Order: sequence, then structure tokens, then C-alpha cells
Amino acid sequence: MYEPVIGLEIHLAMKTKSKMFCACPADSFGQEANSSTCPVCLGLPGSLPTINYEAIEKALMFSLALNCQVPDITQFHRKNYYYPDSPYNYQISQFDKPVGEHGFIDLSNGRKIGITRCHVENDAGRSVHPAYANYSLVDLNRAGAPLIEMVTEPDLRDPEDAREFLQKVRAIAQALGVSDANPEEGKMRADVNVSVRLPGEPFGTKVEVKNLNSFKSVQRSLEHEIKRQSRILEDGGSIKQATLGWDEGGQKTYLMRTKEEAADYRYFPEPDLPPMQIGQNWLEAIKAKTPELPDLKLARYLAAGIREYDAQILAFDHQLASFLDEVLKHYSEDAQAVANWLNGDITGYLNAEAKPLQTTSLSPEALAKLLKLIDTNTISGKIAKDILPELMQGADPEKLIAERGLSQVTDSSEIEALIESVLAENPELVERVKANPKAINALLGQVMKASKGKANPEIVRSALSKKLAI
Amino acid sequence: MMFAHEIAEQVRTGKRSARAVIEESLARADAVQAELNAFISIPRAAALAAADAIDKKIANGEDPGVLAGVPVVVKDNICTKGIRTTAGSKSLEHFVPPYNATVIERLQAAGAVVVAKANLDEFGMGSSNENSAYGPARNPWDASRVPGGSSGGSAVAVSSGVAPIALGTDTGGSVRQPAAFNGIIGYKPTYGRLSRYGVIAFASSLDQVGVLARSSKDIALVMDVMAGHDEHDATSIPEDKPQFLASLNAADLAGIKIGLVTELSGEGNTEGVLAAISRTKDLLSRLGAQVGEVSLPNAPYGIATYYLVAPAEASANLARYDGMVYSTRIGENALGQAEVMMKSRGATLGPEVRRRILMGTYALSSGYYDAYYGKALKVRRLIANDLEKAFSEFDFVLTPTTPTAAYKLGEKSSDPLAMYLDDIDTVLANLAGIAAVSVPAGKAEEGMPCGVQFLAPAMQDEKLIRLLSALELAQGETFAPLSPFKG
Ligand SMILES: [Zn+2]
Repeated sequence: MYEPVIGLEIHLAMKTKSKMFCACPADSFGQEANSSTCPVCLGLPGSLPTINYEAIEKALMFSLALNCQVPDITQFHRKNYYYPDSPYNYQISQFDKPVGEHGFIDLSNGRKIGITRCHVENDAGRSVHPAYANYSLVDLNRAGAPLIEMVTEPDLRDPEDAREFLQKVRAIAQALGVSDANPEEGKMRADVNVSVRLPGEPFGTKVEVKNLNSFKSVQRSLEHEIKRQSRILEDGGSIKQATLGWDEGGQKTYLMRTKEEAADYRYFPEPDLPPMQIGQNWLEAIKAKTPELPDLKLARYLAAGIREYDAQILAFDHQLASFLDEVLKHYSEDAQAVANWLNGDITGYLNAEAKPLQTTSLSPEALAKLLKLIDTNTISGKIAKDILPELMQGADPEKLIAERGLSQVTDSSEIEALIESVLAENPELVERVKANPKAINALLGQVMKASKGKANPEIVRSALSKKLAI
Repeated sequence: MMFAHEIAEQVRTGKRSARAVIEESLARADAVQAELNAFISIPRAAALAAADAIDKKIANGEDPGVLAGVPVVVKDNICTKGIRTTAGSKSLEHFVPPYNATVIERLQAAGAVVVAKANLDEFGMGSSNENSAYGPARNPWDASRVPGGSSGGSAVAVSSGVAPIALGTDTGGSVRQPAAFNGIIGYKPTYGRLSRYGVIAFASSLDQVGVLARSSKDIALVMDVMAGHDEHDATSIPEDKPQFLASLNAADLAGIKIGLVTELSGEGNTEGVLAAISRTKDLLSRLGAQVGEVSLPNAPYGIATYYLVAPAEASANLARYDGMVYSTRIGENALGQAEVMMKSRGATLGPEVRRRILMGTYALSSGYYDAYYGKALKVRRLIANDLEKAFSEFDFVLTPTTPTAAYKLGEKSSDPLAMYLDDIDTVLANLAGIAAVSVPAGKAEEGMPCGVQFLAPAMQDEKLIRLLSALELAQGETFAPLSPFKG
């Protein structure tokens, strides 16, 4: 049985006010092509880069969160390569003095995944190839946007672990506000390196898979590649070093390049940007303003009484965690109940609608109110579930219940009357329940139906039992 | 041509209109251009409009600035908004910058007027101006000779009276050497005192804007305007207001110690240059300075170091001139992208530029980095250490500016190595990032002017200009005369 050896290279688009080396906005989403540019990011002759300290600070914060060692001095290097959407024909990146080295992330199964390094660099522009045209166009709005590149050690042994690792990286980046880390919007890109070997043997020949635009693609491409490589080796073949692409439609890898000429990027220190002294004071200031990390959130949720399974999901999903924390400010009686709603019906709704939580109009206050209404027996859990879709669209639960008269019926005389009529209409059922008291739920259901779901089921159950003397 | 401080005084007090000054300067520029090819562009309309704007300010009682109406010639590798800036290269033949270099922004805000963009060796790579894609400029003292380079056109402009001030750039001596060849002052400030923003990069860790002029007061006047921190240049030195004008007019040099560099003041220099050094020593002694000798043991390695560091940086700085944006694409629609880039670069960059890109690319290549670029960085540090040691004993260090006076066009252009060796005296200041000035030192061979160079520790620029003003004061009218060029 072959064992996979997996390493990841992850690019995160940083969330900063301006680009890495000029004052243009970092996020030009939806802007007219080449409108978010200036002499610096256009690479005009004579222009010079200057360092965006917000980006350095966020990168340092991220490195610390990944347990990296942060050097006393960090420095930029030029990485030389020609590309039409790279206006300098070199990238300003980092080489031997990156912002972080030798970090790690712990997975939930206890495995420690090493992080070789974390560095800062600028993004390229975007080439556009109009259909049927004999030309290409270049949009430099993205050119110069700040990126973090992080590289792992070949410590991953399972595609599922790779996926969890990516989720943890995303959660950390989002919790710190370093990046939106959203693969669908290109804010997080991952390349994988994978080889297989028999346990105990040295690493096999690895291939690189590029163009992975979701965590699912990472997992699927790894599964596919592990199978493919294992089959070749089982048949006595050998793996050729190559760069592969991932075909999302066909769910398989395809060959991009085979002969890996070692690219010579001729790195040398960027003379336009002096090395930066980081210093203990700066690091202390960064640590002081670092928001709560997912691991600490997890500990806090467990302490609040949320079950491990739910707490894991919530702590490592930045949207859900922030929402949970807001709800808990208004409703701290039963954290597990909040978790159940978030991981259950709300997630179900979001999946069905294919929407992220923050694009809905559900407010934490509304969910807190809903939970209180259930606790006080004002509405039943069923009514609560029924009105959730309206809450997701911004409705206020108290108003909704008042307008529709959805308050639970707890008045025993009213329930008494409902029971009378149901018993009168269903004589056979009554006989059956009398014979087999376990069948009481069938009658209970009829009474609830007659009450349009508003009767308190506990009161109905005890009244029925009394009535039928069972 | 009057001095800048005189022109500004006359314009500010209404004795003369800015328009009259600029018209005279433009007329002179035309005459000089016709015979000496000192310029790549003469932006007549923009210059006259700027002059009129100054006259209007004066008429309205507004302050027109301390350089009101002063014509300035700018080397054509410094970006001027709306005025074509070629860097002497075919690859930037049509480049009109949409922005001003910081030094231009500050000069214009003070009332200076750009009258011409000066000829230069392509991207600053050369010592004779023969590497310009726009033809060589010529020396006003003898038109069969080179004006020096790379800021050749800037030196010609000042020496032939087009403007009292010209800006050049100095990467390995490109301001000081042409100043010496033209008998004027060429000052390279400490690295970081003048912003490089808008200066088309040759070798970023060595490039520095410099001033060519005929008086210390003019240099002080423009330095007080241009110096000071620029947030657009990360290598710009944070500093309070520069104090150049306040440091002028040293009557003597009592207590000043000057060290003549042993390794650079003997063999390899012409008789005329050595005589200039000895005249300078006498003058310094007369003014009360103590002149001794100092050794810079690593100075002989300066050329090798410079010709590794500068081309390496240039190989990246010039990578963007690939035909995609700034010049004609060769082979478009027929060839692949890489080949179009290669062919376009081959067609629009000159032979010396291509040679240096190749050298620099090689020096940075995997497997060679440590032996070449890495080693050069170490020697660069040793040279800086030598100078630091020298400055612990001496206030200034003295060398010839160049081993010879200006030579004939074509005399050295077939032997790049011989031309590189002529930079031996000047590259030290760039490698160490310190201040340096070439001071006129009379004539060397065949009636051609030559210069001597003083080096000062980093940030001692004001003190260096004070030394310059003492030498100037002692020599009066004969200090930096205009060339005999009539036009
Ligand atoms: Zn920009």
C-alpha cells in the first residue's frame, strides 16, 4: 500500500488598504481595467516602490499565528522573469530573509504540519485573451497587490489532512483580517506537490498540480494523483517529474509541462528597498493587537459547553464564529443550542441557497430572540424552524410571531377542546392507542396538526395521557 | 550667461522678465545644438509658458520662488511631465512621462524652468556620450573631442552658457567626469540626499542625481531647493532642512586635513593631470589646509567591483524595455511572445547596454552569483571601510577626477575595457555612497580642462561645498570659466 507525501504552496491575497509598493487601492474588484494604477504599479521608467507597512505588519501577525520564527531583519529581493502582465519583468519578493520561517499548524488528529516559510511579494496583472482576437490585453489593476506566499514541509500524508490544513490557514487568515482567503474569488490559491512511496522508503518523485481553485479540488486532485501514481508504480513503472493541471470538469489531472528545467530567477537584494529592522517593540505591539486565534476560540467554546464536534466546526469558520460570538452576547443561556442552530438549520439553509452567511440578513440579535422565544415556550421548535427562512431575510421573530399569531397555545382549556374534537373524529385511533400506549404519538400529531403547530407538545402529551388514562 | 543666483535676483526684483531670460537661453541652446548635439529635446513652448507664468506671478505680487526664471538643463533620463524623456535610448523614443521626478517637481515649484533635455550615453552607460542613440554630444572646448559622459550634454550646456545649472546623474562618475572634461563643477551628493523618484534607473544602489554648475553658490541654491526627504523614495535620507547656502564663503581652510590618495595619484595619470594635482596641493596649503597622503588599499578593485554591481542591477532595471509597452514590437503577429521580446530588445537597446545586461545577467546567474556579484558586494564593503578609515584621519580625500583630459571622438570607443578603466577615480564615491565633487583644476594637455576630485564622508555635503567655495574664492574669475565656444 503506497503512502502519499504531500506539500502545499499557498498564496493569499492580503487585505490591506493599498497595494504592496504604492498608494493604489489593493482591491480593485469591479473597477475599469487599468484604472487602479499609478507610475509605480505600471512600472513606468523612473518610478520607485515604497513599502506598505500595513502589509508587513499583517504578514508578521500571520507568521506569528503560524508559530513561525520572525527574523530581526526582513528584506526584499528581485525575482527575475519575463511575463507580459509583470510590468517590471521582475517580481519584488523575498528570498533569504522572509517574514517568517519554521512554523507549524496542529491538525485535529494531532499531526503537526511544518511551515517552511512565509513571505511577502507583489501580485502580477491579469492577461485577457478575447475570443477570436489575434491579440491579448493586459489589466494591471491587480499588479502590485500584496500577497503572502507560504510553503509547507512535505508533512501531509492524506488528502483529507490537506483540506483541513487549508481550512485552518483560511480560518487564521480571516480571524486576523490578513486575507479574505476565499478561493472562489482568487483570494487564496494553492498548488500541491505530491509523491507516493512505500512506508519507510525515501520520498518518491513528486509532481506539482496547479490551478486548484477550491479546497475540494485540492482534495480531489490529490486523491486522483495518489491513485494514478500508485497504479503506475504497482505496474512496475516510474513517476516522471512534471507540472500538472486539474481538470475540474473531468475530475482528473492533465499534463502541463514535463521537463522541469530549473528556472534561474537570479534573485538579488532589491536595491530600492532597504532591509527592515523588525525589533521587539514592533513585535510586541503586533502581538498586543492580534485578534483571537481559532485555537483560542475553540478552547473558549468548549468551556462554554459546546460539544467538541460543533466547536471545531465553529472555531475554524470565521463567519460562523464571529456570528456565534455576537449571538452569545445576547443569549448565553445555552451555547450548545446556538451551535445546533448554526451548524444545523442555518448551515442547511446556506448550503441550499449556496450563499455565505454574511450575505444574508440574519442578525445575531434575531437568532438570540428566537432562542429565548423557544426557551420561554412562546413558540415551539417547529415554528422556529418554519420561520427561519424569513429570519434569514431580515425578519424580526417577535414581530413575525405577533403578526401571524404564532404564539404557542399553553392554555389548558383550549388544548382540552382541541383534544376533545380530535378524539371524537378518530375513534379507531383512540382504540389503538388504548391498546398500545406507545402509539400515543399518532394522536399527538393529530392534535398538533389541528393546532397548526402552535400547541405546546408537552402539555398536549400529558393531557392526552390523563384523558385516555394510559 | 549669468549665474543662477544673479538671474533669480534680477527676475525676482523685476529688473528682467523671466521670458527674456528663457528666450536668450533657448536661442543659445539652438546654437549649441547645431554644432555640439548637446540636447535630445528642446521643449520651447513649455519653457516659454513656464516663464510667462513666473512673470504673471511677479505682476500679481506673488512669490515666484528662489529660482525664479532660472533656466535649467536636465539630463534626459530624469522624468519631466509632458516632456519626452528618452534616457538616450531608442527603446524610449516615444516615452512622454505623465509625472515629474521629485527633483524636477521641487525645482519647478521654486521657479526654475526646464529649457532642454540633455544628451547622454544610453541609460547612463558610458563615459564619452558616444553611446547615445541620438548621436554623440561634442566638447565645446574642442568639438573633435568627447564631452565625457554619461551626463555629457548637461556639462556642455553649462560650459557653453545655455544654463547656469544642469542636472545630471552619477552612477560611477557620470556627473564628475564630464564636469572635469568641460572645466566646470560636478557635484555628486551623498547617496539618498536627492530623491531618485522619476530618475530612470541604471544601477539603483549607485545612482544619484548630481549638479553641474560654475559656482558654489548656485549649487548651494539648488541643493537647498532639491534636497530633503522624499516619501516616494525608500532610500531617501530622512533629514531636516538642508543647509547649503548657510555653509558658503569659507575664507580659509585652517585646520582642514586633506589626504591625497597614493594609489590614484601616480602612474596611469597624464603629466597634465599630475600637474593639476600638484597645483591643487599648493593652493590648499596656501589656504591653510594640511595636505598629506592616504592609502586606499582596495581602491584598485573599484572598477572590477563597479562593473559587477552596476550591470547586475541594470540587468533587472532594464528588463521592462521589452517592446511590449514603450517601443516598436519586432515580429508581432509572426513570432511567439518570448521571441518578440528578445527581438525588440535587440533592436532597441544599443551595443553597450546589451553588453552590460549580458554581464549583469551572468554575474547573477545560479552557480556564478557567489563568485561574481556576491564577491563584489564584499569588496564594496572593503572599499567603504578603507574610506571610513581615511576619514578618521582626514576631513577630505583628494584624487584626480579622471586620469586624462577629454579625448577625441572614436579614440576609445572600440575598446570598452580601456574606457571602463578611466572610471577608476570616480566609482569609489558611488560604491561607498559618499559625497564627491569634481573641481576645475586648470588645463591638462592640449589646452583641455581637467578636474580634481574631493571626497567627503556621507552627510558631510555642506562641508564639501564649503571647501569648494574656499577654492573658488581664492581663484576668482578664473575658477570655472565658460568655454570659448561661440556658436
Ligand atoms: Zn499604483
